[in-house]
This record gives sequence, structure tokens and C-alpha cells, in this order.
Amino acid sequence: MRALALSLALLAAPAWAQAPRSGLDYQGEDIRRLQADDFANPAMLWVERGAAAWKRKQGAANTSCADCHGAAEQSMRGVAARLPGWDKRLGRVSTLDTRINACIVREQRAPEPPPEADDAIGLQAYVALQSRGMPLQVEVDGVAQPLFERGRDLYNQRIGQMNLACTHCHDQQAGKLLLVEKISQGQPTAWPAYRMEWQAAGSLERRLRACFLGVRAEMPAYRSEDLVALQLFLAQRAQGLALEAPGVRR
Amino acid sequence: MSDTVTLGRLRVPPRAQRGEVIEVRLLLQHPMENGFRRDTLGRSVPRNIIHRLVARYDGREVLRAELGTGMAANPYFAFFTRATASGEVVIEWEDDLGVKGRLTAPIEVS
Repeated sequence: MRALALSLALLAAPAWAQAPRSGLDYQGEDIRRLQADDFANPAMLWVERGAAAWKRKQGAANTSCADCHGAAEQSMRGVAARLPGWDKRLGRVSTLDTRINACIVREQRAPEPPPEADDAIGLQAYVALQSRGMPLQVEVDGVAQPLFERGRDLYNQRIGQMNLACTHCHDQQAGKLLLVEKISQGQPTAWPAYRMEWQAAGSLERRLRACFLGVRAEMPAYRSEDLVALQLFLAQRAQGLALEAPGVRR
Repeated sequence: MSDTVTLGRLRVPPRAQRGEVIEVRLLLQHPMENGFRRDTLGRSVPRNIIHRLVARYDGREVLRAELGTGMAANPYFAFFTRATASGEVVIEWEDDLGVKGRLTAPIEVS
């Protein structure tokens, strides 16, 4: 009973809670215009890479994504909006990245692409684009619940030399300035996105690792359970916000 | 980024009236390494930028750009020209490694 009351207290909206807003609202006019323009949006270069990778036969099986899934516009519609989610075959919660990689290893019998490889980001962006405008809708109960709770705990846990939790900036201080940047709510709707600082497109995992570095904490490894848990929690937290991948961010 | 110029996007209106002003838009994927940076081991990263870019329309040069190190990666260009005849818009560029790129797009003028 006490545990239930505690978890209810954690779930209940605290006084500083704001209505969920996309990170795009915290960007400047130039970034917003760039994201709205499908030609000038540099993340679209990665989408084109992804579209090419979708059709490319590779691996020992010499198959392409399109051989099984056909046109991504139909088969991948809505997929990115439901992820991270429980993967029955893998027996764990998987992100878009792990889902695609599992397919590459299992069906194409090709090596797993390293994190942040251009083609991997491209495929993720291409698949995510097919769900653009759809509301995020992830399932966090049942089998996914332990990981979701871990993600929620991580989000609220103080870490690093700065001794800050995600919530301290992204819930309590959202909208205020941190140096020259407006602090966003940390909603994950734009990823994979082109980030000006990187001069490249990257995944949400790369962005989250940058936050760990920012509070002087040890960065979790790419594709680690902690990062998946955080992504699951963030997706649930952004429930209802429209997916806007591939986005552009400072 | 693993390789130098891998792709670019070129957009020209597919059809236009004679005499109409058309916008040509170009987005290239390129690291535009400015030569001032050092890698994690402290070694200087050699300069590699697209130093020259030429646009031709119907065989005639309509834009020539000499680029410097102040440009960000993945440069974007947009310029206007007048539709004169049906033909091809050809964009050619070369970077410091000697890698050349070329993109073309047709335009039909009535």
C-alpha cells in the first residue's frame, strides 16, 4: 500500500508540471524554418541515405528491407510512433535502432551497424519519417513496466558532479535560459534529428549521452539498457505529442 | 562522416514559362573541414572544403562560387536565374581532396 501510494505520488503531476510542448517551440525562428522546409532540412540528406539503404540488397541473404517490407510508406507507417516497445522475438524492449538492427542481423545476415553510422541513422530517419505527424503512443504496462519504471527512476535520480537529475532542468526550469540556450522539456519527438552542434544527424541516444556529459556524469554506452529505459520513459512522457522526425536542433 | 561527398539534393522547377525567374536550390553533404581543428590525439585535421562550385544552365555558366573555410558542414545554396530554354541545370563542384561531384536536373521551358 505504501509502495502504491509512493508510486502514485511520483506519477501525479507536480506543481511545476507544464503541458507537453515539442522541443521545436524552444528553438529560434531559423531552426523552425529549417525544419519546416523539407528541401533545406539537412536531416533529409540522411533520409535519402536511408531510402537508398532500404532498397539495397546486402548480407549473406542478399536481401533488402524492401524485399520483405515493400514500400516503407505503407509498411512502416506508424511504427516509429509506437517505439520503444516490447519485442516478442527479442524478449526485451527495443528502440527503432535495435529493431532495425535485429532485422539486419536476422534476415539479411549482415553485421550489426555500429551506433550512429550514417546509414543506420539514415534508415531510422527514413522509417521515422513515415510516422511524421502521428502522436507518440507507447505501451508501458505489462512486460515493459519494469523498464519503464527504471527509466522514470533514472529521470528523477541525481547524477554526476553537478548532482542534477533530468527533471531539474527539463521539468522545473524548462523555458529558461541556460547560457544562450533555452531549456526545452526534453521531449523526444524530433529524433533522429540534425543537430547544428554536431553538423550531422544523430539519434536520441547520442543526444541523451550529451546530457550525461553536460552534468558531468558517466555516459551510458550506446544501446545500453539505461538508455533504452530512459527513451521508453521519455516516449511515455511525450504521449500524444506528434512525431516530427527528422527534426533540426541547435 | 565516413566518406567525402556522398550525396546532394538539387531542386529546379520541372517546368517554367520563358522569361520566368526560377529558384535553384542545392544541398550538399560534405564535412567542410576547415583545417583549424585537431582530432582527439591532437593531430591537425587537414582542410577539406568544397572550394569551387559552378552552376551551368543550358551550357551557360549562371553561378560560380569560391567557398572559404567559414561555411558549415552540409552547405545549402539557393540562387535565382531566368528560364530561357529547355535544358539541364548542371552543378559541378570540387573539394580539397580532389573529389568531384556533379548533379543535374532537367527543366522544360514553354
